[in-house]
Amino acid sequence: MRLRFIFGEVINGLRRNSTMALSVVLVTFVSLTFVGAASLIQAQIGQLKDDWYGRVEVSIFLCPTNSLQEQCAQGEATPAQEAAILDVLENGAVADLVETVEYESKEEAYENLVDRGDSSVTDFLTADDMQASFRVKLTDPEQFQVVADATAGLVGVEYVKDQREIFDDLFAVLNAATLVAAGLAAVMLLTAVLLITTTVRLSALSRKRETTIMRMVGSSRTLIQLPFMLEGAVAATAGAVLAITGLWLSVRYLVQDWLGSSVGWVDYVTGDDVLTIAPWLLLIAVGLAAFASLLTLGRYTRA
Amino acid sequence: MGPSPRARMAVIRLENVTKVYSRGARPALDAVDVEVERGDFVFLVGSSGSGKSTFLKLILREERPTGGDVYVAGRHLNRLSAWRVPHLRREIGAVFQDFRLLPNKTVYQNVAFALQVIGKGRREIDATVPEMLELVGLAGKERRFPHELSGGEQQRVAIARAFVNRPPILLCDEPTGNLDPGTSVGIMRLLDRINRTGTTVLMATHDDEIVDQMRKRVIELKGGHLVRDQDRGVYGLERA
Repeated sequence: MRLRFIFGEVINGLRRNSTMALSVVLVTFVSLTFVGAASLIQAQIGQLKDDWYGRVEVSIFLCPTNSLQEQCAQGEATPAQEAAILDVLENGAVADLVETVEYESKEEAYENLVDRGDSSVTDFLTADDMQASFRVKLTDPEQFQVVADATAGLVGVEYVKDQREIFDDLFAVLNAATLVAAGLAAVMLLTAVLLITTTVRLSALSRKRETTIMRMVGSSRTLIQLPFMLEGAVAATAGAVLAITGLWLSVRYLVQDWLGSSVGWVDYVTGDDVLTIAPWLLLIAVGLAAFASLLTLGRYTRA
Repeated sequence: MGPSPRARMAVIRLENVTKVYSRGARPALDAVDVEVERGDFVFLVGSSGSGKSTFLKLILREERPTGGDVYVAGRHLNRLSAWRVPHLRREIGAVFQDFRLLPNKTVYQNVAFALQVIGKGRREIDATVPEMLELVGLAGKERRFPHELSGGEQQRVAIARAFVNRPPILLCDEPTGNLDPGTSVGIMRLLDRINRTGTTVLMATHDDEIVDQMRKRVIELKGGHLVRDQDRGVYGLERA
């Protein structure tokens, strides 16, 4: 009986206030889309890091013949120096962090350059213009600095380069995008709270007669307030469902199909990632509605 | 008809009650002592601003006293926690000058509403509401809407709604204030009949004819003071 009464009231309230209810749906839709977008970008960053960092190497470039660097004043790295460096990598303090070490001679480096087929460069260079290097794969790419510190000072090393730097710009852009999305999400969430507050208030005022009578005949406060709270929660949840659907469709058709077919070598976020954040979006929606209702109801339906 | 004097007990008791709405203002009620016993029919009279509304609000616990103690239906209202207030209100039926019916509900639905919202089941509602409409003389008008009824009929619906849960106390705030004298007599007969079932009726009114006719207990307030408490009284002192 009570349940039927409550749901009847909720449906009545939504129908009576349909424009307001629709605006709550839309505002939560937009704000949760931004929340979702922000966390999907972060998920994408995490995925790219997992994927790419596993493949990248640390390059320890050895002194070439005519380096201008101070630490290479003695000229090209000698085989003895190379052996000492290799020893540090394989048997030194950082040995645990090193997965594999590959030596690339300057001839091999030149071959690789030629293989890339850029004749404008290879026409003017010879193998002697190249430099030898150790290509080190780390067990944990995040530990780059430790390896760099252990090897950078060794005799015969010109400089140590972390290939992850290549991605830094991309990740900086993606992180900035996350911030923008999160910022917009925060503004939209505030708007949603204010709008739900107003909606609940209007709804409470338009049903003042009912609630006055309910108070008078001894209805519990829960029964008086619950329909209003549920009204906000239903509208907000509808917004969350729209946001989840929108995000899922975007990931499926824009990211996976469209972007995936033009830039195929990247591992993109999937619909599953959207479904992972879906419960959180729903929770935020319901939380928002509950918070906004609490702000309002105490004052408009006092017992 | 009523219970023997020995068994009678106060269902409403105000002990030295004072109510001040804002600091420094004249008290709306000033050291008022009143005891209303079960089955009493009491008129509460006095001009506007005499404290009648405050008196009723204290009993309904819409307001709390600034000083003194209020007891209603065995509860000490000073100490009643907010979440128990609904239980108090189920013991008090309230009728107002402006009827306060829901315009989009039928007569039947208006009365049923009062039971629905305190969690009564459909079977109980279906059994009680027609009986109550019969009692107030509205049998056959269940499906009318309030705007299709006369003022007197609307007030009967309001009384049915207030009484459908069979509360031991019925508070009436100017129930005949919007009605013509002929209709008012009908309403008073109905309230009298309800009173005879053992229900305590406390009625605030300006209607001197009714008070003079009924010859019930009269409590008069003036400027927040209780100036008269008289059995079988009349409206104005000068006419007594």
